[in-house]
Amino acid sequence: MTDTAPLLQVEDLHVAFRTPLGLTEAVKGVSFQIEKGETMALVGESGSGKSVTALSILQLLNYPVASHPAGSIRFRGQELIGARDATMRDIRGDRISMVFQEPITALNPLHTIEKQINEILITHKGLVASAARARTLELLDLVGIRDAAQRLGAFPHELSGGQRQRVMIAMALANEPDLLIADEPTTAVDVTIQAQILDLMLALQKKLGMAMLLITHDLGVVRKMAPRVAVMRLGEIVEDGTTDEVFANPQHPYTKQLIAAEPSGTPGAYDETAAEIISADDFRVWYPIKAGVMRRTVDYVKAVDGVSFKIRAGQTVGVVGESGSGKSSLALGILRLISSKGPIVFMGRDIQGLRSKALRPLRREMQIVFQDPFGSLSPRFTVGEIIGEGLRIHGIGDDDGRDARVVAALEEVGLDPATRHRYPHEFSGGQRQRISVARAMVLKPKLLILDEPTSALDMSVQAQMVELLRGLQRDHALAYIFISHDLRVVRAMSHDVIVMRNGLVVEQGPAAQVIDAPQEAYTKALMAAAFELRADTSGVVGV
Amino acid sequence: MARLGKTGARRFFFWTLSPISERRLANFRANRRGVWSLWMFLILFFLSLFAEFIANDKPLLVWYDGGLYSPVIKSYPETTFGGDFATTADFTDEYLIENIKKKGGWVVWPIIPFRHDTQIRNLPVPAPSYPTAQNWLGTDDQGRDVVARLIYGFRISVLFGIILTILSTIVGVAAGAVQGYFGGRIDLYFQRFIEIWDSVPLLYLLIILSAIIEPNFWWLLGILLLFSWMGLVGVVRAEFLRARNFDYVRAARALGASDGAIMFRHVLPNAMVATITFMPFILQGSIVALTSLDFLGFGLPPGSASLGEMLKQGKANLHAPWLVITAFAVIAVMLSLLIFIGEAVRDAFDPRKAVTGGVPPEETIVSPTAPPAMAMVEPTAGPAATARRHLTKGGQPPESEP
Repeated sequence: MTDTAPLLQVEDLHVAFRTPLGLTEAVKGVSFQIEKGETMALVGESGSGKSVTALSILQLLNYPVASHPAGSIRFRGQELIGARDATMRDIRGDRISMVFQEPITALNPLHTIEKQINEILITHKGLVASAARARTLELLDLVGIRDAAQRLGAFPHELSGGQRQRVMIAMALANEPDLLIADEPTTAVDVTIQAQILDLMLALQKKLGMAMLLITHDLGVVRKMAPRVAVMRLGEIVEDGTTDEVFANPQHPYTKQLIAAEPSGTPGAYDETAAEIISADDFRVWYPIKAGVMRRTVDYVKAVDGVSFKIRAGQTVGVVGESGSGKSSLALGILRLISSKGPIVFMGRDIQGLRSKALRPLRREMQIVFQDPFGSLSPRFTVGEIIGEGLRIHGIGDDDGRDARVVAALEEVGLDPATRHRYPHEFSGGQRQRISVARAMVLKPKLLILDEPTSALDMSVQAQMVELLRGLQRDHALAYIFISHDLRVVRAMSHDVIVMRNGLVVEQGPAAQVIDAPQEAYTKALMAAAFELRADTSGVVGV
Repeated sequence: MARLGKTGARRFFFWTLSPISERRLANFRANRRGVWSLWMFLILFFLSLFAEFIANDKPLLVWYDGGLYSPVIKSYPETTFGGDFATTADFTDEYLIENIKKKGGWVVWPIIPFRHDTQIRNLPVPAPSYPTAQNWLGTDDQGRDVVARLIYGFRISVLFGIILTILSTIVGVAAGAVQGYFGGRIDLYFQRFIEIWDSVPLLYLLIILSAIIEPNFWWLLGILLLFSWMGLVGVVRAEFLRARNFDYVRAARALGASDGAIMFRHVLPNAMVATITFMPFILQGSIVALTSLDFLGFGLPPGSASLGEMLKQGKANLHAPWLVITAFAVIAVMLSLLIFIGEAVRDAFDPRKAVTGGVPPEETIVSPTAPPAMAMVEPTAGPAATARRHLTKGGQPPESEP
């Protein structure tokens, strides 16, 4: 162990997984090093091997299914690959600790947060319970949990997403590690919380002088957090260097593509005298809360409370909000997939209260694309069957006619029509989302509701999706309701924007005005967090 | 839409196979014991379907006076063969056989020249008689051939089991589907009803009923069905509860599909995995149910061939061990075969089971970086997929879009 050695040195790391088809390599010769107190970011899209690399550092992969055919990982000169379990246990959570993406699954739901943080202190530091408790309090204070003493007995489900992530960070920092590995630490939280968490991590890093390996797919996060970056693709580092250099002057074509891929531009103008497709007035989705033996309704969860809008042909209304703001309830309510109140005038006809049989012919005209490209296609149908399902239900065309329409729809969304005999799992996330769009488009709808259509996709694919949707709108004068938490995509898509919070409309108006010159405090905080990753200080966003 | 599925998919006999079913078939075949058990069971069952041609006290063919007769298929009066009476010919009668031979005719007997209810008169010792060349497994205490009873008993047991399994599956799946899909009040009341219904003591009910009516095959089937359908409700209901919030089910609703269509086309295939996995075990349970009722004497009417009745004979005649050994062995072998088949089916539908040989699953082909434990996860997982799942799944091919 010498002082000149870097804190962490990864050399020619290979990770292979044993599969029924033989070995497949997930990481092929990755090398990088992190000095004491330094932050480095690993960037890449899903499947690029960045998480596998991080897990190999802590030797947390599923051995012996996973193996390291070659390479070395040295932490302060000590080889970690093939280190004994006892050695690794001493290092994990003590010298190197990790923050995971999903705090709700990374915390044990049956233990209080006090117990979970104490455990680490007792294991590694050998503290007694009372001393551990004092240190836990100190840590919770450090990560900015208010009234920490009262929060000690809380279970993970009693905390908000941001608080849970703070607890995760407190756990990771409990033993003042030399290296913190943060695997997509803010992907699962809302943008305003993301800004707070990132600020917190930066401040703590400075205070404790630890090194950080940040794994993310979000280039904005990299710019804010890490002076050094490595771009991974298909298990290899294609480019690395200082963040400023890589972003200003990318060398590798993939890095260029990645940087150029951020959704940009604005939608084309629409005809302001075009026919009105849909309008809603004081639209409400209230879920009843029932109590007592008689199951009487005592109160309501007001998921959507008084939203009004009008959409013309060719116009997009973006609906923005954090999780739980009622965006998805609005979409399902408008489509009459869940019960709601308030008139919905679609093509000049109030569809609120129509019986499902009377509604069926209208369903052709209003379609939806869901967020999850994996869940929204039935795995047991071929792509052709999935797209043709709507035609079959509405009795459009005979077999050949339907086939022709399916082919046309696939061509329209930029997929090879020959793929219609294949099954959804053979397609990538972006391609599946195109299939979802084709399923909606084959019915020639007037209104398309897009519920987070890009958020499960990699950045480069998001931009292509935005292009596709803009093109379809231009060609068919479609009316869109575009729901997203990602303000960059919303800006690229929407003419008008509705900002929602807790079911209420915070601000509503033309996109340029709402996004670039917000009036309300909450909207301002949201825009700052989304575009500049700047945390709100006015207190309008909770912890 | 069948036309769309035609090209580009593999086929198994006349079914078009989705890649998932293909992988399942390969998994099933990988379980050698299960495959052997299935073939043995199918052959035994197929043979027993033709019990009348294997064990019968009527000849398969009779050549008499220039004419060919088939008494197995059609009954002829004794007078046809030169007898004296207009009653149905009894070929166990030596006199009749003599008559046929006199006219230069001949008789082809089945392999076992006894029916399950033929009482053999010229036994060497009083019934139950020990195994001989004539009665391979001896006779029971009524002087009936054990092999013949075995064949008929096997057939009725399996048929009963299969019919009961199919009917209770249909009822159970329908009930579970309705409960799970609609949820709420329907689900609540239905569940309470099942809890009450489930606690009705079936055996006492059968004892009481058998005092009032003479139970026959269909009666027993009906009564057992009244209680056996509940087995599947739980799993099917759970699948429907889970699936009704899947995005693709929502998408189908948004397309305007009716509730019935969604339940059948979109959700039922999910529930069928659990159902088919359970079916061999339900079949086994149904057979055991009938056997125990017969053993207790509340089953099929007296005199019918059944495995339970053979066990009862064995118990009553412990001095004739061939009875109890035969019945025990047959029941044990049959139930073991069904269990082995069930295990193979369970393997086939186990999403975590890797394919050992055979057709490689498509998932692993397109996912060069997938850890194997995850690679086999079916793409039916819930709608709450986040970027994290894509990440842990790792099964994303590189985006290569136009």
